[in-house]
Amino acid sequence: MNNSILVVVLASAVTYGTPLLYSALGELVAERSGVLNLGVEGMMLVGAVMGFWAVQTIPGPGPLVLILSVGVAAIAAGLMALIHAFLVITLRANQIVSGLALTIFAGAGGLSSYLGNDLNLADAPAKHAFGAFFPHGMQTLPVLGPIFFEQNALVFVAWVFVAGVAFYLARTRPGLNLKAVGESPAAADAMGINVTRYRYIHTVVGGAFAGIGGATFSLAITPQWVDGLTQGAGWIAIALVIFAFWRPALCLVGAYFFGAFAGLPFTLQARGVTIAPELFQALPYVMTILVLVTVSAAGARRRLGAPGALGTPYVREER
Amino acid sequence: MIRVERRLEQPRWLSLAVPIGSLVVAFVAMTIVLLVTGHDPFTTFRRLFDSAFLGSAELNATFVSATPLLFTGLCAAVAFRMQLFNIGGEGQLYVGAIFAAAAALLVSGVPTVVAIPVMIAMGALGGALFALIPAVLRAFFKTNEIIVSLMLNYVAALVLNYLIFDSLSYWRDTSSPEAKVFPQGKTLPDAASWPLSHIGGLELPFGLLLGLVIAGVVWVLYSRTRFGFEVQVIGDSPRAASYAGMRTRRKILAVMALSGAIAGIGGASQDGDVRHLLDARGLSAAGYGYAGIVVAALARYNPFAVALVAFLLGGIQNAGYTLQGADFPSGLVGVMQGLILFCALGGELLIRHRIRFERRRPAESVA
Repeated sequence: MNNSILVVVLASAVTYGTPLLYSALGELVAERSGVLNLGVEGMMLVGAVMGFWAVQTIPGPGPLVLILSVGVAAIAAGLMALIHAFLVITLRANQIVSGLALTIFAGAGGLSSYLGNDLNLADAPAKHAFGAFFPHGMQTLPVLGPIFFEQNALVFVAWVFVAGVAFYLARTRPGLNLKAVGESPAAADAMGINVTRYRYIHTVVGGAFAGIGGATFSLAITPQWVDGLTQGAGWIAIALVIFAFWRPALCLVGAYFFGAFAGLPFTLQARGVTIAPELFQALPYVMTILVLVTVSAAGARRRLGAPGALGTPYVREER
Repeated sequence: MIRVERRLEQPRWLSLAVPIGSLVVAFVAMTIVLLVTGHDPFTTFRRLFDSAFLGSAELNATFVSATPLLFTGLCAAVAFRMQLFNIGGEGQLYVGAIFAAAAALLVSGVPTVVAIPVMIAMGALGGALFALIPAVLRAFFKTNEIIVSLMLNYVAALVLNYLIFDSLSYWRDTSSPEAKVFPQGKTLPDAASWPLSHIGGLELPFGLLLGLVIAGVVWVLYSRTRFGFEVQVIGDSPRAASYAGMRTRRKILAVMALSGAIAGIGGASQDGDVRHLLDARGLSAAGYGYAGIVVAALARYNPFAVALVAFLLGGIQNAGYTLQGADFPSGLVGVMQGLILFCALGGELLIRHRIRFERRRPAESVA
């Protein structure tokens, strides 16, 4: 039963959806403050490479090393986001160009490759990796075994993140302020909210989330460092934020949905079904475009959640 | 106290000084990166410069690397001028390459003078059609063209992969022995090879010359015609443009089609100048479209500056390929392009704004 195609696909959906979930949540937090960061792919790769470096270098017991490595990944990616934040918030640079610059700077063929090469990380097996969180006996349970009990700790921590971000946005003072900053920075400013500080903090935190997403690849899914390890997951995460209408709970659903498309070709191939993998791989992008068109055609942009000030710098003198 | 205030007028010298200053700052930042990671910056830059610009063989290779960047740079510049953020140059280049390769294969047997124009036309058509998807969505549904064109890049890359690796398409070579080992595209007929022009010891690819002509045309179009004037008004102030009765919707379609067509010709040039087959892996690994945005931003959307910057970044890319190896830090090219772009973006602020350092006034004592 655990080999039935549905179970296998659902299990791989959760596995491949998890890095998307972390990165999309991070992008969501940044976009809710009004900062669009197209550098997700680059930040993920820097997170992945630095997380892997940490796991190979830090001595100590496995679980502790892994936790520290995730922290290193988050900090490294957060620093990348800080570059973007400085350019677009303080220097009022174009957010699109700056985000793309970040991906070129940090992504495949950039800093992540440079670091991977310089720190000699390629072709080495990971010293520690996130394994199944639950005891072996439970992993053989029907259906829930592969989908739930075989998963690693990062999968479950991601759920905590979803709940945390949802609670933060809906029920806390800073979360409500954040939404005000993203919706109407001038009004937020008039309320006495420090727009610049909010945008800085949330852009950097968003980047840190993307770093954890990248580390999910290099510490759990494929515990190793390969150049360009994330293979475009960062772009899918950007699509996912739109697909989820900027809502954390929908991000969870969407991440597993898109994760299924990432895992499906392998599953089908293993069973001798020959459908071009590109068909599934293209679906997240095509569906995001369709969602975007539907949303914009309905003219219901606000209600559906796109932050009103997304992509625009805030200059007090020019409001 | 630092104050940033908008300049009322922008001095002309600034638009030259700031990009050069940005480059200098980027090199300083790169030096720091190299020093921190224990490389000798002087040797690294020296080797980079040597293998990019010193010697005719090196220059010829740089011309080849600069050609696609010229096209994608113009593609971005043309659209960005109207605040229309077409970041789909990457995908439009792929589709242009697909169309041009099909054209070259279909008309095999005709002489070069026929094959080349057909390839250019088909490449332009492919790129333009692909760019019209985000354009139509933007013009009629106000859908964000940034995200749509970005997503379509991946769709185009997947189509390209599908044609060569996962189907028995018209483009795929199914007969030659090498193709049985590793999937590849059909070799294009000899007539579809674009000629090289020899000037002194230098070899200029036909695509490069074509790109320079297009740069000239774009310059004339944008600075000497009514069309270009309207595009810039729409870019600077969409509301003013609509009060003046300019047809924004038409302009969006026209500019995006033009932008996509230029990227598409870039794809055709890749087929004809360099690869001589539909090279799925090579094209998608190169990332010309994204590098083109770097070029356009650094050139401040001026078509002639695009040509110059494409030459410079092409040189860096070319040197990066040549020097790839154990003792040369890989990823250096991306880091450098990123740093240059960061600095250029930061420099924009200096062009549009003035920074004043004011001494904080001493608190007035209350008598």
